Amino acid sequence: MSSPIVKLVAQRIALGIILLLAVSVLIFAGTQILPGDVAQAILGQSATPESLANLREQLGLNDPAYIRYFRWLGGILTGDLGTAMSSGQDIATSIKGRLWNTLFLAFWAAVVAVPLAIILGLIAVRYRNGWVDKLISGLALASTSFPEFFVGYVLVFFFAVQHQWFPAISTVYDGMPFGERIQAIALPAAALTLVVLAHMMRMTRAAILNVMQSAYVETAELKGLSAFAVIRRHAFPNAIAPIINVVMLNLAYLIVGVVVVEVIFVYPGMGQYLVDHVTKRDVPVVQAVGLIFAAVYISLNIIADIAAIVANPRLRHPK
Amino acid sequence: MADKQPKPGQPKPGQPKSGVLLDIRNLRIEATVYPPGEAPKNIVLVHDVSLTLEKGKVLGLIGESGAGKSTIGLSSMGYGRGGVRITGGEVILNGRDILKGGNEGFRKLRGREVCYVAQSAAAAFNPAHRLMDQVVEAALLHGTATRAEAEKRAVALFKKLSLPNPENIGERFPHQVSGGQLQRVMTAMALCSEPDLIVFDEPTTALDVTTQIDVLAAIKDAIRDTHVAALYITHDLAVVAQVSDEIMVLRHGRLVEWGGTRQIIKEPRQEYTNALVSVHEIEHQEQKPGTSPFLSVKNITAAYGRSHIKVLKNVSVDIFPGQTLAVVGESGSGKSTLARAITGLLPPEQGTVTFDGRPLANRLADRPKEDLRQLQMIYQMADVAMNPRQTVGTIIGRPLEFYFGMRGRERDKRVAELLDKIEMGKGYVDRYPAELSGGQKQRVCIARSLAAKPKLIICDEVTSALDPLVAHGILELLLGLQKEENVAYLFITHDLATVKSIADSIAVMYRGEVVRYGAKSTVLTPPFDAYTDLLLSSVPEMEIGWLEKAIKGRRMASAGN
Repeated sequence: MSSPIVKLVAQRIALGIILLLAVSVLIFAGTQILPGDVAQAILGQSATPESLANLREQLGLNDPAYIRYFRWLGGILTGDLGTAMSSGQDIATSIKGRLWNTLFLAFWAAVVAVPLAIILGLIAVRYRNGWVDKLISGLALASTSFPEFFVGYVLVFFFAVQHQWFPAISTVYDGMPFGERIQAIALPAAALTLVVLAHMMRMTRAAILNVMQSAYVETAELKGLSAFAVIRRHAFPNAIAPIINVVMLNLAYLIVGVVVVEVIFVYPGMGQYLVDHVTKRDVPVVQAVGLIFAAVYISLNIIADIAAIVANPRLRHPK
Repeated sequence: MADKQPKPGQPKPGQPKSGVLLDIRNLRIEATVYPPGEAPKNIVLVHDVSLTLEKGKVLGLIGESGAGKSTIGLSSMGYGRGGVRITGGEVILNGRDILKGGNEGFRKLRGREVCYVAQSAAAAFNPAHRLMDQVVEAALLHGTATRAEAEKRAVALFKKLSLPNPENIGERFPHQVSGGQLQRVMTAMALCSEPDLIVFDEPTTALDVTTQIDVLAAIKDAIRDTHVAALYITHDLAVVAQVSDEIMVLRHGRLVEWGGTRQIIKEPRQEYTNALVSVHEIEHQEQKPGTSPFLSVKNITAAYGRSHIKVLKNVSVDIFPGQTLAVVGESGSGKSTLARAITGLLPPEQGTVTFDGRPLANRLADRPKEDLRQLQMIYQMADVAMNPRQTVGTIIGRPLEFYFGMRGRERDKRVAELLDKIEMGKGYVDRYPAELSGGQKQRVCIARSLAAKPKLIICDEVTSALDPLVAHGILELLLGLQKEENVAYLFITHDLATVKSIADSIAVMYRGEVVRYGAKSTVLTPPFDAYTDLLLSSVPEMEIGWLEKAIKGRRMASAGN
């Protein structure tokens, strides 16, 4: 690997870290601005002024905001996300299992959705403006246009209630066999796939169509390559950067945006956890989950940027 | 070589002889166009054209843009660009009508029996793949060779085309290889599947004149040694005269004249062919430089960004009122950068530009409006230099409003005068750029720059994208306007014929330096320095055997190789 690539990649990573720090400041500041007093929230209306003052002292709430921020940040960097106010449990421990569940669901949804979207995009380009193209685009747009909860309930109605192939509630537990786990997440994964499919498919189609105007595509056609080989070998590699970008945005959505789907299927993931604790006004949990979501989002976008840089032969093989 | 002369537009009677490779009969090609604001309509691009090509021979197809040369060439592969359709006639290749084979049949012959060499190899190679993978792709696809055989053949072809590092150049990506080399790699790619016919579509047009000569010689040798037949498409008669056995002149999709190369260039029978043969010369008497230049460039050095590579090194030139300084050189020599330094678009690192006895601010943003008005520019690509959503009237009227505050009737009157000056008439006021021809677009750009009443117009390759006859008209217009308005030109070009027609003095640039500078007659009179000699001797002449003579007589190899 040559020096310009290393430099560009290092720049992207450094930018990502700075961005993440800025987000952490925003999250912290946001929770400070919110009305309400943490000590009051913990002890309730009947607390005496003395006990409130004691608790404030104990929680360090009397320190200036920037000291509390650095204490919070230092804790996160050493793996201590704090303690949930509502339950008194360690946040890091509760999040671990749930984050894994969310990633498991997102992973399998992506494994189905990404290749499917790209293959459908390639097929749409091959038969562009024909009925196959219109059918693919129409169905994909329709599936995206329905809200997730509607798609989720329709799936439940057909595949859990009428046919009982899959459970309506995605219960998972530690030590669950892999096969059962997959069966449990089949419906939420399907709902997520339907939601993200169209965006990636349409973008793949547009990016490749853009490249199809190039002179080198004509060269390939004049070599006698079949229409699909032209698209796959000559158009697709040059459209890869925008496609990776939209794929990464959708992967981020699969992790960060699953709240509604997790609630519908009562799936013990991060989304559920976040919603539960927002209703309980559990600020430390909301802060921790927000920061994790931001980190996921930013890292996936860095990966997209780096992939786009590496996919460019001019940068990979300088003169 | 036989000097046969079949009657234009008529196929030869009887069955083709055994030596005939390609026999196109009464070809008719149509396309659907979508004019702005009108219903789509069918236009005929090629009317009833017939030709035959024997095995191992080269037929040159020549004509202006829109003559149907490329369309006819691609029809031999059953290919139509965009919405172009073959609607009549027969294309008989190796004894069978390929138009009856359908898409499957086309795929089998493309890249196997017929290969294509495009105008811009830089755009025609896929940037994502190594050259070797692209060169052998067609041979592997059609199963004419194993990978090892095809690569061996490719390396032999790279050698034959005198590419540097023939063993390893295939490992490179297109962006790592120069334009002239890419054009030769593309020729190797076409030859690699050992086709019967190659369609060369303006293969040297996008190259510098000093690079063109080498590529042309390489192509000619390769054709001779492999006995492949070729359709050689170009708008440059002097180029086609070097490689072709026969030449076919086309215009507006119709056959004008078809004959042996010697007959076409020495004894053209049609008036249009005669015009093409004799187009170049405009007699322009050089003016003596005046006593004092109004614009003086002194010792300018410039670079892009913080780069250490100087694009201009210590450049000094003078421009006199009402005269033309031509700046010539190959691409990358710094011609356009000089224009950018003078206009302030690229502030020079050292040196000054003096205008009317006072120094001009280095940066465009620091120059007063009056200085901006005095220096105007015209560009190579007239299409992209105009806002496609503005009418001709708005485009020409804009400098009148901006510099002179003209409004309403006064402005409209001046716009009409300017349209008269460029010989277009006020009927064009409401037209959009898309409704104009290439030459008309360039005329509108000239009118726009004249509207500012400048002392100097910088013309950056303004005729390079135009057909010879149209370019000729533009040059005559510029010369006429110079007399009337006493405007000076800084004329940037790579075309020496243009320089001879328009210049009073000439600066020859090479790798950022002015290597030769002076009055036209002095610069173009021997003894020459090595680079000027190369430049002058590389300009194709309409003479059979010129190429061999020129290659032999060279003292210096081209840098763009």
